Amino acid sequence: MEVPILKQGDYLIASVQAALSDSDLAELRDELSARAGRLRCHGVIVDVTVLDVIDSFTSRTLRDIAYISMMRGAQTVICGIQPEAAMAMVELGMTLEGMHTALDLEEGLALLDRMARRHGKHHA
Amino acid sequence: MASITRKTLVPVTSDVDILAARQQGKTLAVEVGFSLSDLTLIMTAISELARNIVTYAKKGEVELGLLGQGKERGIVVVARDEGPGIADIDLAMTDGYSSTNSLGLGLPGARRLMDDFEIVSKPGRGTTVTMKKWLR
Repeated sequence: MEVPILKQGDYLIASVQAALSDSDLAELRDELSARAGRLRCHGVIVDVTVLDVIDSFTSRTLRDIAYISMMRGAQTVICGIQPEAAMAMVELGMTLEGMHTALDLEEGLALLDRMARRHGKHHA
Repeated sequence: MASITRKTLVPVTSDVDILAARQQGKTLAVEVGFSLSDLTLIMTAISELARNIVTYAKKGEVELGLLGQGKERGIVVVARDEGPGIADIDLAMTDGYSSTNSLGLGLPGARRLMDDFEIVSKPGRGTTVTMKKWLR
């Protein structure tokens, strides 16, 4: 299941459409890091609203996406984690250290805008 | 003694089967009548065990069943493989320990998500993890 990635201004938005296998997740990570650099994006959003389960491999890949883009000058926001998925993640012992999250896509975009202003980058 | 009915067997040989196992688990757990939060906990636990099979043993199976004991109902998940086995179970059950480059939350995490958790493993012979969740 491929994840569509849209470019909006200098942000990339990946909207997960269905449950992802481990290889789908790895593909998403690689695609996002390649595109964020190529398109000179300063922000990446991964919308996981449709995921009913976020297991340890998924969390780890989301964290990798955030860290990789941070090393390349872009901020990542994970948005739309469902309340039940969040509870299971906490029980499982997962943390999203150093990562930005938002309730939904709208909040995610607003957060990236605020971070861009703070860093003096203009949202095209 | 608990009775197990409606058994479903999901062969696990690749990452796509992890999704299949978790989906089958969801179907069965819905039938038992679990809440959305419990469904999510069960699916997450199945995901962790099925991934362990793919990562460490390459192939194995996840068996799911409805659990009945008197008036109590629940779900049982058995993850079975004939892989390398676990030499030190206590170590494998420690948060953050991983022999691969994972987060090391799979086994200890799955135990926290479920009510009962039992692991039997023999180095060189394989691993069987049985976990149960009861409807409250």
